[in-house]
Amino acid sequence: MLIKLAGGTVYDPKHGVNGEIRDIFVQDGRVVEKPSDLKINAEYDLSGKVVMAGAIDLHTHIGGGKVNIARTLMPEDHRADPVHRTELTRSGCGHAAPSTMVTGYRYAEMGYTAGFEPALLPINARQAHMEMGDIPILDKGGYVMLGSDDFLLRLMAEKKDQKAINDYVAWTMVAAQAIGVKVVNPGGINAFKFNQRKLDLDENGPHYGVSPREILLCLATAIKELGVTHPLHIHGCNLGVPGNKDTTLNTIRGLEGLPAHLTHIQFHSYGNEGDFKFSSGAAEIAELVNANKNISIDVGQVMFGQTVTASGDNMRQFANNHHADPKKWVCMDIECDAGCGVVPFRYKDQNFVNALQWAIGLETFLLVDDPWRVFLTTDHPNGAPFTTYPHLIRLLMDKSFRQDMLQTINPSAAAMTILGSIDREYSLYEIAVMTRAGAARILGLQDRGHLGAGAAADITVYTPHEDKQRMFEKPDFVFKDGELVVRDGEIVKVTWGTTHVVRPEFDNGIEKLLKPYFDRYLTMKLGNFKIYNDEITEDGRGSLTEHPLQFGGAA
Amino acid sequence: MTEISDNGVFEEVPSPFCGVGTDDLAIKVVGKVVKVIKNGCRVNTPAFEQPIGDIRPRVEGKKVSLKVAIDRAANLLRKAQLPLFGGLATDVNGMRETLALADRTGAIVDNMNFEKALRNFRVVHDSGWINTTLAEVKNRCDLLVVVGCDIEALFPRFFERYLWTEDCMFLDDPGHRTVVYLGKGPSGPASKSPSGKPAKVLACPNADLPEVLAVLRALVKGNSLDITGVGGISVGELQRLAMQLKKARYGVVTWAAGAMEFSNADLTVETICQMIKELNVTTRCSGLPLGGKNGDQTSYQVAGWQTGFPSRIDFSAGFPEYDPYLNSIESRLADGSGDLLLWVSAFDAEATPPTTRLPRIVLGRSGMKFEKEPEVFIPIGTPGIDHSGHAYRTDNVVALRLPKLRESSLPATSDILAAIEQALQET
Repeated sequence: MLIKLAGGTVYDPKHGVNGEIRDIFVQDGRVVEKPSDLKINAEYDLSGKVVMAGAIDLHTHIGGGKVNIARTLMPEDHRADPVHRTELTRSGCGHAAPSTMVTGYRYAEMGYTAGFEPALLPINARQAHMEMGDIPILDKGGYVMLGSDDFLLRLMAEKKDQKAINDYVAWTMVAAQAIGVKVVNPGGINAFKFNQRKLDLDENGPHYGVSPREILLCLATAIKELGVTHPLHIHGCNLGVPGNKDTTLNTIRGLEGLPAHLTHIQFHSYGNEGDFKFSSGAAEIAELVNANKNISIDVGQVMFGQTVTASGDNMRQFANNHHADPKKWVCMDIECDAGCGVVPFRYKDQNFVNALQWAIGLETFLLVDDPWRVFLTTDHPNGAPFTTYPHLIRLLMDKSFRQDMLQTINPSAAAMTILGSIDREYSLYEIAVMTRAGAARILGLQDRGHLGAGAAADITVYTPHEDKQRMFEKPDFVFKDGELVVRDGEIVKVTWGTTHVVRPEFDNGIEKLLKPYFDRYLTMKLGNFKIYNDEITEDGRGSLTEHPLQFGGAA
Repeated sequence: MTEISDNGVFEEVPSPFCGVGTDDLAIKVVGKVVKVIKNGCRVNTPAFEQPIGDIRPRVEGKKVSLKVAIDRAANLLRKAQLPLFGGLATDVNGMRETLALADRTGAIVDNMNFEKALRNFRVVHDSGWINTTLAEVKNRCDLLVVVGCDIEALFPRFFERYLWTEDCMFLDDPGHRTVVYLGKGPSGPASKSPSGKPAKVLACPNADLPEVLAVLRALVKGNSLDITGVGGISVGELQRLAMQLKKARYGVVTWAAGAMEFSNADLTVETICQMIKELNVTTRCSGLPLGGKNGDQTSYQVAGWQTGFPSRIDFSAGFPEYDPYLNSIESRLADGSGDLLLWVSAFDAEATPPTTRLPRIVLGRSGMKFEKEPEVFIPIGTPGIDHSGHAYRTDNVVALRLPKLRESSLPATSDILAAIEQALQET
């Protein structure tokens, strides 16, 4: 099967292609060089269309226990957005915490072809993979959460060497079928179980006497030494706390040049100036990000409206429970492993704090120079549901639209942001970097996020439009692994994507420490904890794709 | 992973039956006979050892091939205007297929134990909770308050595995934990500490629990009450318990929604959960809802991620409509609005479908017996014995990988339902 995508205007940043008219050939699910034997089975005339690789969301809560808690917590939100069955697609629910099938359909309908669940609790990873196994079309993967688990903190408190830490991290990544490692409020979730309500970067946590900075350094070092491409994915200390920008600045400095990804940085970029003791720290943070090439970020943009926040950070979620709207929320401590907190939020444009959060996110996007190191996220569903991405792209690409929106928010917040003075407009090329090429690069997905020969044929075709929201919310065509799955913004075929993993090597001797720990303290046998390949592949739909390790520096 | 040793014994076998995730059973399989040889209990041993019954499907009582049974089931479903899917005791894949078929046929789905589980779900829908999981209980819990349930009768190995443990990360002596029963007292000695200290029992009829919990919550909040007792328990005793909860470093309040057989029990669960939230202003305290036997949590979890709702979902309008009252299978059978019952019960041969005048398709654990023979009976395998699968335990966080222990030729729920769905599409 040879498909020709003819004459589209191609944006393929990995190869420096910036709006050039090109033909793209697809054979057996892959992009190929122009074949000499030109027997074309299908041809699409894409003249006047914009062609990019399928988009990749590197931080989206799409599977796992807290997502299902969020669903259970919000029946009224589902009722407001019922999704009907069609000949091809399953029914479900939409809006803030959509059902798994709807998650896949709606992402694909926006031209996304991969999404990564950032908070795979080791003990709950099996559930996350099962939920993601029911997300059609998209490729997926997860970052396993460490840093508040008692085993790691015990290793650190006992001053075990970095090799033992590396072995444990690698063992956990393999057992949980992960592609990266995330740390959430390092040590803080653990401290909350000891009734501590705050843990600063250089404060020693209870019981173990280990500080968040030490946890960050030890995990970031492990990732680098293990050759895992995706840098340590960091949800820092003090999420949402006014003045937390200093924590974030110190976190970046404290990483001592190690590769790291600071996620939903908007929630960690708050100053405490002004009448309301709440201000933007985006400029300072962007300046430091610009200066530190080892750092990448995603924004976690807030958009106005109802959503539900679901986080592993139960320390901070508990602290914020009084903001719950509607007034209901769930917190959990989980298996000496982690925790979670689920709190519905309604971000309001006339609320000073919410409006400034919105502006801080946009400032961050616009002040970080290098689109290869800043990624487009709303921390779905925490800042807003992922379905708001086309609107967000318009805000980034269209200054006058942004200015118009700025006029409508809480005036005190509008007065506290420099947003109005920023002229930058993202180009299509830069959007392609941050949502495709850059995301693939930072995840180590060598055959995704680009359109060169050998790439998986995940391809999105848009009709250019002055209104970028319209352009990006309804692609003309989306191909997944070479199959046409979306036409005119609607699903025409349901396929099943792969699960991306890495498998760093470890000395199996680590099980000599782990087995007695499981037997003595946990409630599951070590052998029953591990997720075996057939659990993901046995249904005939799922598959695993292992990516190579990478030693000796950045991609 | 469950491992088979040289002598044909499976070690570290997880149980889908008990709800509390025991995964240390040793099981010997000879032919089709399963024998629990280590770490069995009143719940798990009979559930694993239930002898295999007839493995041939039946249509109207006559033994038929699987294909005939599947075609008949498909025919019945094709004719049905509003099929009702009940039972739903199966593994993750079984539930996935149940929902796929329900979506295709416009059915109403309802788990057989949802009436009980709704006492908890109402609370999550309306106000939420702070909960914990079994390993946190094992390593942190210094005060366990048991509300209205005889844990050892329902969950025989709970105390041995999660409370009176030899090892504990954060308590100097796990044998010094405090256990207080509120309402129903224990039926046996399991709650007694290793040194022989019995649990404190503040006994009252379960029907008085709403009042007792309301008083306890008021006392935790520091309100003074102009009464001397409630439900036969003195306010002084409850005041002492309130103080214990406030002083505990990691209190845990546990209940079994299934055991709360009094009206509006969801409001009592809510009282417990709100009290726990209030305790967390100054200390740590968590809830631990007990349940999850025979795939209950599995059914709610999979329905949750595929539809947004846990049970009682009506697909007849083309999308999932949740109504926790109108969509109960029991009331639909009573009001006559359904016209076919499909029943799935893979774990317990005694969990049989209700008798009704409607035609019934039953996917039941082999050996199931009926007062009235259903139109179609397809004996199915049990997840974790006859085929591999996944099941959740009570705290919802942990899904167990269930192994296949024997060759029985009994099919998985998911295989049968997928075949029925396939047959529906072929005509």
